[in-house]
Amino acid sequence: MSILVGRKSRVICQGFTGKQGTFHSGQAIAYGTNLVGGVTPGRGGTKHLDLPVFDTVHDAVAKTRADVSVIYVPAPYAADAILEAADAGIRLIVCITEGIPVNDMVRVKASLANSRSRLVGPNCPGVITPGECKVGIMPGFIHKPGRVGIISRSGTLTYEAVFQTTNVGLGQTTCVGIGGDPVRGLNFIEVLALFERDAKTAGIIMVGEIGGTDEEAAADYIRRHVSKPVVAYIAGVTAPAGKRMGHAGAVIAGGKGTAADKYAALEEAGVATVRSPAELGSAMKKALAAKRRRKRRV
Amino acid sequence: MNLHEYQSKRIFAEAGIPVPAGRVAATEAEAVAAARELPGPVWVVKAQVHAGGRGKAGGVKLCRSAAEVGAAAKGMLGQRLVTPQTGVTGLPVNEVYVEAGSAIARELYLSLLLDRERSRIAFVASAAGGMNIEEVAEKEPGKILRIDIDPAAGLQGFQCRRLAFGLGLAGPQLAQFEKIARALYRLYLEMDLALIEINPLIVTKEGALVALDAKINVEANAMFRQPALAALRDPSQEDPMEREAAEHELNYVALDGSIACMVNGAGLAMATMDLIKLHGGEPANFLDVGGTATADRVTAAFRLILSNKRAKAVLVNIFGGIVRCDVIAEGIIQAVRQVGVEVPVIVRLEGTNADQARKLLAASKLSITVAADVADAAIKAVRLARRGKPR
Repeated sequence: MSILVGRKSRVICQGFTGKQGTFHSGQAIAYGTNLVGGVTPGRGGTKHLDLPVFDTVHDAVAKTRADVSVIYVPAPYAADAILEAADAGIRLIVCITEGIPVNDMVRVKASLANSRSRLVGPNCPGVITPGECKVGIMPGFIHKPGRVGIISRSGTLTYEAVFQTTNVGLGQTTCVGIGGDPVRGLNFIEVLALFERDAKTAGIIMVGEIGGTDEEAAADYIRRHVSKPVVAYIAGVTAPAGKRMGHAGAVIAGGKGTAADKYAALEEAGVATVRSPAELGSAMKKALAAKRRRKRRV
Repeated sequence: MNLHEYQSKRIFAEAGIPVPAGRVAATEAEAVAAARELPGPVWVVKAQVHAGGRGKAGGVKLCRSAAEVGAAAKGMLGQRLVTPQTGVTGLPVNEVYVEAGSAIARELYLSLLLDRERSRIAFVASAAGGMNIEEVAEKEPGKILRIDIDPAAGLQGFQCRRLAFGLGLAGPQLAQFEKIARALYRLYLEMDLALIEINPLIVTKEGALVALDAKINVEANAMFRQPALAALRDPSQEDPMEREAAEHELNYVALDGSIACMVNGAGLAMATMDLIKLHGGEPANFLDVGGTATADRVTAAFRLILSNKRAKAVLVNIFGGIVRCDVIAEGIIQAVRQVGVEVPVIVRLEGTNADQARKLLAASKLSITVAADVADAAIKAVRLARRGKPR
């Protein structure tokens, strides 16, 4: 088992024939992802990477029964691409694109609330179920099928968590990069809920960052609903406080959002926190071993 | 991107939001001429810098004659204004804004910004205007009003009324307030803004609402479709190193420590800084070289971080995903040869083609310390920086 994507996922790529779309689609195919086609308006009816190209997502869904779409469309057109995928009934939309105007995402988020589609990203590395399906820009070879679910706001820091869990022999069920933008699709809570329900996921690694209060909300959710061991790291303990936009943003957050606040909330929820990102793998191993010992005693 | 007060007020005036009459001036003579054109008997001269807290720093002067206006302008122009928001070096004052004085009865606060938790644009308002709004929020959160806007339905009349009544407005002020709120929301969407803040929004002695200050921040991601706003950019208000970094598509923030960092990805860059601190050192900067770093960009990054004379060691931490580590290694070798690095360089490369990269670094015969993992890199950097002499 895994979450969001797996062997049966039928994936298309929006922005298929562009530079990014071409490179990462090639990598996905090589990894074994079931890529069934792509979309580039005006190139419908042609072939690219030996796969059919469609003018619209609707055409692609009709012909390929695709249920997952990965978006590499440039920022000015990315919001449109997300809404097109949702309108065509795509179940999971993964938007890699960086730099989408925030006001576009405010509209997209409101519109998606009335659809059946889930969005991951934007500005994220994507989703991977190791050994089965790679949807995004992460380097496939550092992953290993296993037992840990990973959720992260940061791209390269996700790789760090993956690499360490691979090295300590735990491997991953699914890794979800939820992206660093202020307005995004799936958040920690939704992904935590999916991992909690997934039978194969034994433990969860959560990598957060300063800013916003999503980690605090996740901590509250973990306390009430998550039974599996969770290990968390928050980046930005040393980030300078003066580097923020205007002062009104802090008013909304009620002065929250510092790394110290997030660590305190997570620890109160029983999460094993690490102050060093180099200890994510070993901390997860320890947490899982402790859980096993507890079980044996019972 | 921030706009100057005078630029923001021009936008307000065009959108039908009342502002005091004012003129921008770049010389003492222009300031005097502006005062003669504007209604008196009181004028305010305001330094135009991209920072708040100007009043207490001497950047806002009340004047009672054209001569006083000239003297105030002369005192500010060509100087650097230091406020709690500018850092110790301050920001250059190249222009002042001369404004007709207003008779103030009440000071209110009004802003429009993104509510991250609800993923909606929201108004924040308070009857406690003219003060530091963060302090108000912390000490008297009951004095803060907020409403968020459904993007499909748009701003509603009842929302404007809730804010207006909450601010203690009455009679014809309710319609005035709604007009201002609607204009602000329209500007926010049409101009792709990240923040509009009016502090204070005043009620004059005659009972009229007027925006006495105006702060606009344009969202960086949307600059591509806002050419008119892009033309309002004032590079003199930007940190020169951060500007140079932006030109190379590098994300750079200067800090006070001794270990220069070069990392790919903002999260990993912050984590690297955290590790340096955890092991007893202090980072000299935050630098994210981005997901598609090339050898040339790495060289530019090296030049940038080494121009900070406090740097006693350089820590490179790259987790290659799309970025190939061998390309980064070539960049490091090229940079060390071209730039002439005199401080220890500690490199941690992992991910795509990491083995090839390590071989390249070893074969280069340069004195580069290769670290085994991210913690090892931080420990080595802290140790080597301590040994290093200040340049």
